[in-house]
Amino acid sequence: MQNKTLKTILTIALTAVITVIAFILLMPVLGPRFMHPLMAGRMESMHGNSAAPSELDYSAERTTENGVFKVSYSSDENIVINKMHTWTLHVETVDGQPVENAVITVDGGMPQHGHGLPTAPQVTEYLGNGDYLVEGLKFQMGGWWEVRFNITAGDVTDTITFNLTLEG
Amino acid sequence: MSERSKLLAGLGLLIVLVAGGLGYIFTRPAWTEVELVTLRILWIGSLPPLEPDPSNQYGDNPAAAEFGKKLFFDTRFSSNGEVACATCHVPEKGFQDGLPLAQGVGTTNRRTMPIAGTAYSPWMFWDGRKDSQWAQALGPLESAVEHGGNRTFYAHLIDEHYRAEYEAIFGELPDLSDQSRFPEAAGPVEDESARAAWEAMSPADRETVTQVYVNMGKAIAAYERQIMPTASRFDIYVQAALENDKKTMNSTLTTEELEGLRLFIGPANCTRCHNGPLFTDNSFHNTGVPAVESLPEDTGREQGAQNVLADEFNCLSEYSDAEPDQCDELNFMVSEGHELTRAFKAPSLRNVTSRAPYMHAGQFTTLEAVLDHYNTAPAAPTGHSELEQLNFSETQMNAIITFLYTLNSEITAP
Repeated sequence: MQNKTLKTILTIALTAVITVIAFILLMPVLGPRFMHPLMAGRMESMHGNSAAPSELDYSAERTTENGVFKVSYSSDENIVINKMHTWTLHVETVDGQPVENAVITVDGGMPQHGHGLPTAPQVTEYLGNGDYLVEGLKFQMGGWWEVRFNITAGDVTDTITFNLTLEG
Repeated sequence: MSERSKLLAGLGLLIVLVAGGLGYIFTRPAWTEVELVTLRILWIGSLPPLEPDPSNQYGDNPAAAEFGKKLFFDTRFSSNGEVACATCHVPEKGFQDGLPLAQGVGTTNRRTMPIAGTAYSPWMFWDGRKDSQWAQALGPLESAVEHGGNRTFYAHLIDEHYRAEYEAIFGELPDLSDQSRFPEAAGPVEDESARAAWEAMSPADRETVTQVYVNMGKAIAAYERQIMPTASRFDIYVQAALENDKKTMNSTLTTEELEGLRLFIGPANCTRCHNGPLFTDNSFHNTGVPAVESLPEDTGREQGAQNVLADEFNCLSEYSDAEPDQCDELNFMVSEGHELTRAFKAPSLRNVTSRAPYMHAGQFTTLEAVLDHYNTAPAAPTGHSELEQLNFSETQMNAIITFLYTLNSEITAP
């Protein structure tokens, strides 16, 4: 009888010790999932607002805000941080006619960080067939960037904002 | 089943669970895919081969680099015979001086910047008022508080001490012996008599002297181009991480250094500015660094942008060897806007722990003070600080500092 009690106590004690040790060892694996929700919230806020809104359209071919133009861009090379890039911007009407001699201005930035582009890119040349050369594009950090083109052709103006996510 | 076997079975099960947990901890990937991409971008192995500087046709000329090195260390090129480039850019100190404000023949209003890796930077100085290493080198030479000289003085010194070397690289040195045409001291400098003498010279003679001066800068730049950081402990770790070499990873960085690295590329937001293999975006940021009361107001890039546009030695100038369309940085430069106010260049963080004091006028004497500044993110004296409060604990800030020590490495120089 006394032997059995000892065994039970021993079992409980050992189980408790091993469970505690196991939990401690497994903490890095379990991570914040087992933290109190309030703590988890704090962890989340520590990471700031670095995640871009999930519904962003990252496509390189879009219709302008008021549906006037269909615009697409292609870059001369992979878009990486801290390097000057040249884009070709193609502008056409919604029914596919190239838009000639448009006046196009460029701006952009990082909405989450409240800053603009580090350079002042410009459309430097009309290449024909609705293609425009955009020079001087640069992005100095990873994350979500916006590049906005304001396009005026004849007496119509419309705007398109492309979204990009860069590694960095 | 007996009590004893139940006990044993229970024990066995727990041991399996613990062993499994431990096994998972030691074999799980240390970094997520996204984190690995960030680490690869910071890795020195991602530094591309240095492209030629189109504005300096002598940039990769070995004889020019050798000549430039001599000029870099030659104290005769100063008004008191005691100041060379190396006076402030001390090789043994990582090509800087460890002082809050640079000390030439006088005292400047800013801290000496390090040189390693600046061949990759489109902008020089804290405010980017120069757009190449050669144009940068010519600034201090004519500054009244740095070398304190002027360009005819320097041209005569080249004539006297370096004629053969100069001519082997740049061709014939013009005859400067006519004192009435080429005075001992003349240049567009603060000193009034030297300035007056400069203005009295004919435009053609001024151009002759300026061309010699420009060639000096191009030679010094050819030397400076080769001053580079080497692989640090951090780089060895990243290479191991990219190859999933756990053994090297575990023996290269400590737990605290890794915690610092995690914070650095994560919630501390350091990589917003200190990114790429040189840990800088070479761009300008207002981080609310306090003003030094005894110094004149410093608007940083706001003034620097205007200066580089007007600079007689910029990429578009007649002394540059570049075609205008090779001057993209200048052509597409942001020249105005509130973001430039009191924005200063982000320096490389490689070897940063041996470069106290910190910031553009040495405002912070320790890295602890720097981290404390980033943690509390005070409002900027003028303009708007880009910082956001971090509210990190002291342990977290110390981890980041510990991590910064892993970026130390030898600096190579010819």
